[in-house]
Amino acid sequence: MTNTQHLKTDVLVVGGGTAGTMAAIKAKQANPEAEVLILEKANIRRSGAIAMGMDGVNTAVIPGNSTPEQYVREITIANDGILNQQAVYQTGKLGYEVIQELDSWGVKFQKDTYGNYDLKQVHRVGKYVLPMPEGKDLKKILARQVKKHKAKVTNRVMATRVIVKDGRAIGAVGFDVRNGDFVVIQAKAVVLCTGACGRLGLPESGYLYGTYENPTNAGDGYSMAYHAGAELTNIECFQINPLIKDYNGPACAYVASPFGAYTANAEGHRFVNCDYWSGQMMLEVWKELNSGKGPIQLKMTHLDEDTIAEIETILWSNERPSRERFHQSRGENYRTHGVEMHISEIGLCSGHSASGVWVNEKAETTIPGLYAAGDMASVPHNYMIGAFVFGRLAGTNAMEYVEGIEHLEPDTDWLAAEKERIYKPMQNPDGVPHTQVEYKLRRIVNDYLQPPKNTHKMDIALNKFINYHDTLDLMGARDPHELMRCMEVHFIRDCAEMAARASLYRKESRWGLYHYRIDYPEKNNEEWFCHVNLKKENDNMTLFKRPVEPYIVDVNLAEEYDVKVTAN
Amino acid sequence: MALTNQRVDVPVIVDESKCLEKCHACIEVCPLDVLVKNPETGKAYMKYDECWFCLPCEKECPTNAITVQIPFLLR
Ligand SMILES: Cc1cc2nc3c(=O)[nH]c(=O)nc-3n(C[C@H](O)[C@H](O)[C@H](O)COP(=O)(O)OP(=O)(O)OC[C@H]3O[C@@H](n4cnc5c(N)ncnc54)[C@H](O)[C@@H]3O)c2cc1C
Ligand code: SF4
Ligand code: SF4
Repeated sequence: MTNTQHLKTDVLVVGGGTAGTMAAIKAKQANPEAEVLILEKANIRRSGAIAMGMDGVNTAVIPGNSTPEQYVREITIANDGILNQQAVYQTGKLGYEVIQELDSWGVKFQKDTYGNYDLKQVHRVGKYVLPMPEGKDLKKILARQVKKHKAKVTNRVMATRVIVKDGRAIGAVGFDVRNGDFVVIQAKAVVLCTGACGRLGLPESGYLYGTYENPTNAGDGYSMAYHAGAELTNIECFQINPLIKDYNGPACAYVASPFGAYTANAEGHRFVNCDYWSGQMMLEVWKELNSGKGPIQLKMTHLDEDTIAEIETILWSNERPSRERFHQSRGENYRTHGVEMHISEIGLCSGHSASGVWVNEKAETTIPGLYAAGDMASVPHNYMIGAFVFGRLAGTNAMEYVEGIEHLEPDTDWLAAEKERIYKPMQNPDGVPHTQVEYKLRRIVNDYLQPPKNTHKMDIALNKFINYHDTLDLMGARDPHELMRCMEVHFIRDCAEMAARASLYRKESRWGLYHYRIDYPEKNNEEWFCHVNLKKENDNMTLFKRPVEPYIVDVNLAEEYDVKVTAN
Repeated sequence: MALTNQRVDVPVIVDESKCLEKCHACIEVCPLDVLVKNPETGKAYMKYDECWFCLPCEKECPTNAITVQIPFLLR
């Protein structure tokens, strides 16, 4: 018999990563008397994208270096005009305060000899990259602040659905991934911060967890928001990154390029003049590889010994420290070898591109009482600081919203049905292992959705994803850990269907390689200067156009985000 | 359905002579929850081959008992 745990809180934060820990802290700061609970699938001390810290802040708007308006202009052009500028403006406006607060908690950012933040230029225009050579304990510092602010934490519980009643979010359900308990949490507001969908495409290595994103982030929040009835947006604007081949992690050009490293083809020639990751950059990488000038590499061999040693110190202690042993085991070295790069499999992540749950500048989704922040919330190119800023907005605004709101009792039939859905694989311990079911699903994603996109292929994909419900029913789990992986495969399937439908719907090409359609190769602003949103309506996935919100910063949209090097 | 147990090379190796029976540090921090204690020996081991080669387990081990290798398919 499965045990059931009932929990109650004012604000529930699902996912205690970058955005989630900040949301909980800010909710508590807004009202220390109210209860805040973080529900975390792993352990907040070392979970999510920043489990081992970060090399640097990618989008720091620091007075004297850039302004929020310049930042909005840069992201507007990088994201081909499709964005809610008011939301992006928040990251530009509040990022500095976030950095100062993190600094006061003991997070170390690079400073020059005068004690000023030492920003680097990686973007086309403007300095936004702030190195964090000692960033590895970021998550431990955040976990300490969560405790200090007296927010509660329940680790090792995976959420599976948001509970909705009378049109508003009233809690979440999930299960303990160690003892298998069914967990029901009643809340007055729910903040989803579960990160990217990092397990959508299959890495070329064939290893299911050899992903760029932390593989715990399987698109859980995308799927949960969808089933709650919230709108999602820009899903067709995939996440595709230039990564270390096989290792499938960042090389990392943002660290190395301010030191003089650059992306080059096999002959050592530059073919992009800007290493900032964008769909336009990825399209140039794709063209270079397909022109026979590959493999491509991050080139550092021309740098002097001291510089290389400094780059190594940063890259090998933060973010993805296992880069060191990866290179060493192959007998490769930045002094003698370029770092071979490849094009990653696809994912969904607004931290890097734009796909996510639709949110406004207050981190509100389209469902009252439901907030979203971080990689799963669509605020284009938001990265780590954007996750902190939107975590802060979500926490503060959710706390304001719960004032005067009462808990609602979840519907018992609905709870029973969800419980049955979750535990089904446990009834069938000899069913098909999640590994095989997941491998096949993600292989189909690669075969039919990896750009360049083609209508016929995507039609096949969509059909396969719809029919995959039957395959999911074959899955078996022998313990709660395997059950967690099974439920993740459900989330991945939902994301795959969204990715196929949204890509088919937008009949033009945009965002470079992210949405490059062979049959509609041109950008068509007349018909498609809009968001493509989707939501669940009467159990169907419905797609529709949503107008781009009025701009608050003037941008010349004729300006292309052109990163191509013409003479080489 | 018929199932088979396949041999796999797992990325995480624990030096049992160094692993402390009362300690759970690596098990608590692993974001993928793939490490457990062998109930018979009290030593940690990798039960599920689902590793992000992220290293918190290795960094937080008080006795340096853990070695994380790059998973074989990527190495
Ligand atoms: C390798 C890598 C390098 C990067 N480098 C940089 C950089 O140098 N600079 C920069 O600015 N940005 C960088 N980024 C981006 C930045 O790290 C992310 O945008 C940001 O950390 C995302 O925060 P988040 O809160 O959305 O996700 P995360 O911090 O990943 O948090 C998500 C949390 O949700 C939990 N969770 C997931 N599903 C569930 C569920 N069902 N139930 C309960 N909990 C759940 C996870 O365990 C995790 O704790 C990088 C990202 C990666 C992956
Ligand atoms: S390297 Fe990371 S994922 Fe692998 S066992 Fe250690 S903590 Fe877990
Ligand atoms: S952290 Fe080290 S000592 Fe502790 S259980 Fe793990 S391997 Fe053993």
